[in-house]
Amino acid sequence: MGASSTPKYPELADTPALVSNLLDQVDNLLTTQNIEQPLVVGIHTGGVWLAKVLANHLQTPFGELDIAFYRDDFSKNGLHPQVCPSSLPFNINDRHILLVDDVLMSGRTVRAAMNELFDFGRPASIKLITLCCVNQRELPIQADACALTLDLAPGQYLQLEGPETLQLSIIEHANHE
Amino acid sequence: MSDSSNLQLTEHGELRHFLTPEGLDRLMLERILDTADSFVVVGNQEIKKVPLLRGRTVVNLFFENSTRTRSTFELAAKRLSADVLTLDIKTSATSKGESLLDTLQNLRAMHSDMFVVRHSDSGAAHFIAEQVTPNVAIINAGDGRHAHPTQAMLDMLTIRRHKGRFEPLSVAIVGDISHSRVARDQIHALKTLGCKDIRLVGPNTLMPQGIENMGVTTHSNMDSGISGADVIIMLRLQTERMASAFLPSAGEYFRLYGLTTARLSQAKPDAIVMHPGPINRGIEIESAVADGPQSMILNQVGYGIALRMAVMSMAMSGQMQQRQSQASQSSSLIGEKKI
Repeated sequence: MGASSTPKYPELADTPALVSNLLDQVDNLLTTQNIEQPLVVGIHTGGVWLAKVLANHLQTPFGELDIAFYRDDFSKNGLHPQVCPSSLPFNINDRHILLVDDVLMSGRTVRAAMNELFDFGRPASIKLITLCCVNQRELPIQADACALTLDLAPGQYLQLEGPETLQLSIIEHANHE
Repeated sequence: MSDSSNLQLTEHGELRHFLTPEGLDRLMLERILDTADSFVVVGNQEIKKVPLLRGRTVVNLFFENSTRTRSTFELAAKRLSADVLTLDIKTSATSKGESLLDTLQNLRAMHSDMFVVRHSDSGAAHFIAEQVTPNVAIINAGDGRHAHPTQAMLDMLTIRRHKGRFEPLSVAIVGDISHSRVARDQIHALKTLGCKDIRLVGPNTLMPQGIENMGVTTHSNMDSGISGADVIIMLRLQTERMASAFLPSAGEYFRLYGLTTARLSQAKPDAIVMHPGPINRGIEIESAVADGPQSMILNQVGYGIALRMAVMSMAMSGQMQQRQSQASQSSSLIGEKKI
């Protein structure tokens, strides 16, 4: 495993610019879709960091989800060794949710997160906000706002470092989960 | 009962059975508590269920009565989405002459993934895990006087959630230490988690010989035993002990060891009071204390479900990884033969 920059995607080097772009897209999305008073929910770990930034920008409350109990690979990979409690300090019934993750890749994390959300209540809508989308979707799930879409070689993954300074990088990892 | 720690862990050090906290390291006990913390949240959701053990079969094997432990295990398994079968062995095949071994082999043939075992014999769960069905995750729900690890760990969860770190705490365990299946597990867990001041309080007739060797102090005087304590764990007095020579009478026991409001004032002002239930009001604890602001008795019930969900999901996870590892080893052997 090791971080490496790639000349193919120079945008990655300036993560603050990507975040700023994403916030603009969310503003636009809320306006065009007439969404008022949304609730922001981040997926552990990178999604929570990003959700804090977005919630601060929109001046809305935010919650966090750990999807460890909802993953579809329990049979294969078992329980994640470090589980954090999910925390939604609000009622999500009939509310518009902005579901935030750092990277959308297969779509399985988002599926698990939506399953978990519905165990807390029945939201009016869910919009998916991700900093980056990797063209490796395995499920019919796509982002409503995304700052950068890219292709990665096999064995390459995106990693967001934080939480103080958010920095995206491409990592090489044989058995990433 | 030697080498429980190895038996409980996979070759990669993951939990695969949960028989006793003895021999598990601090990291593992903290992982159990961390996972349980997350399951406490699930209990507060509108839908109190996660899909983790969907399609897995959990069999509760209760060879002795226990309404409370059995129902919390059953609820824990259901909240993990497992299919649950609860067998009260007294009313099942063993009373028709089928041996325990045959019953267990039958249950294994039904592709059961986990047995939750409660038995009056010490070491029963250990024996099943080691000798009978090593590929079924075994959770010890109480065996004789030996262990009741999920009760001990739910007590640790209660302490950590309400008191934080274990290092600075003074913990008093009060009552029938000798006949308690949980006191030893509590001592092992408290010591592993860093607690330095563990006091056992009770009459000399109910205090095991040489228990001080476990690194605890013993106190036959209740007032001095709980003085300045942060946590008071009351053990349930088995009323049948009254009939034996161990105790004079309920009234006498309450006078000497009953936790009253006046006596509780000897402990720290913010001390918490715990009890595994069901409580004997007026024998080991006064109602004003049991129902008072320092009582954690009802919180413990909810934490018990979360803690059981944690060890069940962790053991199932380890068991599945162990099976996969064995399957890949045997398939590579087959591959070698072909060559």
